[in-house]
Amino acid sequence: MFGYYIDLAMRSLRRNKALTTLMVLAIALGIGASMTTLTVLHVLSGNPLPGRSGTLYYPQIDPRDNSGLMPGKEPPLQLTEIDGFNLLRAKRADRQALMTGGSVPIQPDSAAIDPFYVEARYTTADFFAMFGAPFRYGGGWDAADDEAKARDVVINSGLNERLFGGANSVGRTLHMAGSLFRIVGVLDHWAPSPHFYDLYTGSYGYTEQVFLPLQTALDMHLAHNGSNDCWGNGTGGVGSIYPSSSCVWMQFWVQLDTPAKAADYKQFLIHYSEQQKALGRFVRAPNVRLRNLMQWLAYWQVVPDDVRLQAGLAFGFLLVCLVNTVGLMLAKFLRRAGELSVRRALGASRRALFAQLLVESGVVGLVGGVGGLLLALLGLWVVRHRPSDYAALAHLDPAMLLTTFLMALGASLLAGLLPAWRACQVAPALQLKSN
Amino acid sequence: MNIQIRPILVALRRHKAGTLLIALQIALTLAIVCNALFIIHQRLANMSQVSGVDEADVFVITNRWANSDQTTSQIDAQVRADLLALRQLPAVRDATPGSGYPLKGGGWDNYVMLTPEQVQPTTDAAVYTGDEHFIDTLGLKLVAGRNFRPDEVMVMGTQQAITPPSVIVSKALADRLFPGGHALGKSFYSMGPVPTTIVGIVDTLQRQGVDRYAQSHAGQSLIWPLRADDARGIYYIVRAKPGQLAAAMREAPKALLEQNRMRIIDPKDGVQDYATIHHKVYDNDRGMAILMGIICVVLLAITAAGIVGLTSFWVGQRRKQIGVRRALGARQSDILAYFLTENFLISTMGVVLGTVLAIAVNLWMKNRFEMSSMSMAYVGVGVLVLLLLGQGAVLAPALRASRVSPVEATRGG
Repeated sequence: MFGYYIDLAMRSLRRNKALTTLMVLAIALGIGASMTTLTVLHVLSGNPLPGRSGTLYYPQIDPRDNSGLMPGKEPPLQLTEIDGFNLLRAKRADRQALMTGGSVPIQPDSAAIDPFYVEARYTTADFFAMFGAPFRYGGGWDAADDEAKARDVVINSGLNERLFGGANSVGRTLHMAGSLFRIVGVLDHWAPSPHFYDLYTGSYGYTEQVFLPLQTALDMHLAHNGSNDCWGNGTGGVGSIYPSSSCVWMQFWVQLDTPAKAADYKQFLIHYSEQQKALGRFVRAPNVRLRNLMQWLAYWQVVPDDVRLQAGLAFGFLLVCLVNTVGLMLAKFLRRAGELSVRRALGASRRALFAQLLVESGVVGLVGGVGGLLLALLGLWVVRHRPSDYAALAHLDPAMLLTTFLMALGASLLAGLLPAWRACQVAPALQLKSN
Repeated sequence: MNIQIRPILVALRRHKAGTLLIALQIALTLAIVCNALFIIHQRLANMSQVSGVDEADVFVITNRWANSDQTTSQIDAQVRADLLALRQLPAVRDATPGSGYPLKGGGWDNYVMLTPEQVQPTTDAAVYTGDEHFIDTLGLKLVAGRNFRPDEVMVMGTQQAITPPSVIVSKALADRLFPGGHALGKSFYSMGPVPTTIVGIVDTLQRQGVDRYAQSHAGQSLIWPLRADDARGIYYIVRAKPGQLAAAMREAPKALLEQNRMRIIDPKDGVQDYATIHHKVYDNDRGMAILMGIICVVLLAITAAGIVGLTSFWVGQRRKQIGVRRALGARQSDILAYFLTENFLISTMGVVLGTVLAIAVNLWMKNRFEMSSMSMAYVGVGVLVLLLLGQGAVLAPALRASRVSPVEATRGG
């Protein structure tokens, strides 16, 4: 029966080519536009560390004075240097890392390569284990190296390729920012996206090439990249580097393996704030947040507004295309009232007619879906060639591929539902008589 | 010509589903199109803002120091030598050191207060640093007061914050702080306990950023007489002599490298002219405007095609009735008017619903994306476009209908 319906559908679709083309085109355009924007949205709002994100938390406390220079009820998005080190040294979490971004010049040993700048992350020992950064050679440094301000560095695979041709460079030295560093580890390819641990330096398509101990970087006064927000008269005066208690510019991440531990940690943050207030450092009532990784990304609204706006409009577009298809389908089916009446008169049930018409709209949907997929591939290609920082990420994955087809089929069946039902309501006798 | 509306309404009632679908499609199209037009217009307005810079002749060199262990005085000596070398080039008119430049796409900005105890900042200003050549190099227009004197220029080391005693502000900032044009000679506070006094006012000087926050403080900028001798690097803003931009852009990096090789000027984007800077910073806006434009055109095309399709079907269905009307004395123009009026009624229904939808979409965007309210002018334009589109789309099928011969009345069952 199904084969017969397909045959009928093909005949009917071929009979009115312009109308069929228009329906297929409308569905293809609607699906293509929504799939392109949905894929970009899906990629950008993805989980950067699947499997780990649930146990990673970003503590926020509120060390601001009442000057109102940083308005808002939410605590600042970063920590001061003093609070960062206090929380780090309290060691109340399963793992914890304090960090900030920067950039450092590298002086290659080979005279053939000009000196160049690399993006750097200044952090503490737990960073690699906590975020599950994979090592190709060697490993990270330990807490003792942090305290000793060791000249240790972990480099990423790209830099290892550029400087050492991809060979095991552990134990070799790197001339960096006027000082000699020992390479202790080489990362395998690792580029969490979004760059969740410091969204100020870049949200997408951003990776550091070198990682070195935070205290080493502070000791050497290495350049800081990212955001620095100060209040009070914190920034005033010649000769002052970021004041350690009135400027926030560090990120602090903790790993808390159970919800109970997370609740305890939040209590600890409140307790810490109270203690600091008693000491006279904090002036505000305890104001703490402990968001896990995905909550943090949602709070930050890491997906650009324009991308969400585009997705919203693309779905509006799809809706218009669907309404359009419903109208055309209705016209087409009603026009065939005569033919349908003949089938009814010859014994086909309403159900059978309904199925036949749905098969026809399903065929339109399927062809439209294939067209939509091609348009989505084209759309993503265009997105990849735009100069946005997420350009390289815009690829269709299997999940989105399946979604495309289900959406196209679902949409066209939905579009066929009303017209098919209306067409089945024909009174065969009346139609046949009038013809 | 006397158009009977009642028979049309009666006929439409027999095609409820089709009528409602066209009206709905027109409504949705209107809602999307006028919001898209609104977005396009907003983005184009962003892009057409004047930077205040002599964009035809100015370029920027991003100069990073290869040896990051230099002291501030070493860097300062190098910066002075570099500037001297740049200004002596035959194709160069002037050059200034900077910690940023207009349309950089983000950079240093400070809260500004009128008193040191103030809790809520008065406004926010983009901060530029430069020496006494800043105004001439960028081609800014000094509308009041004076330029910096060479002895006013101070040195600012890495991650240092200094509040110099004198400042030149943009007219937008001057008017925001001291409305009424009395800004010259007044003082304000900016993230520090020391006041800074306005010695000059320049006409237009756009901010470094162009994002939403920057747009809400558009054009509010200040210039401090500072050489930003940061250990990481410095921007050299250079103004070529008229017509010699290309030559100056070739000579300048060479001259700097001859001065001292311990610097990194990226071969790809280390030297950028203002056309490039301008193009880059508005890339997102331009992309969004183009995308919205495409969506509008395609939507209108689909809606027009839908109207043609459905009306053609109706004409085909009613050939007999049309024949009867013609046989009873209706002229061709009456038939044409019938279909045009029918479409006009449906379109009117659509645009009324569409106006409501358009406002709803705008409210949603205001909530979600902090956009401003859409002026009703966009809805007006949208309504007009869709009514005309409907009439245009229905014309071909309606003409075909008007040519139906009265003989048809007698044909068929």
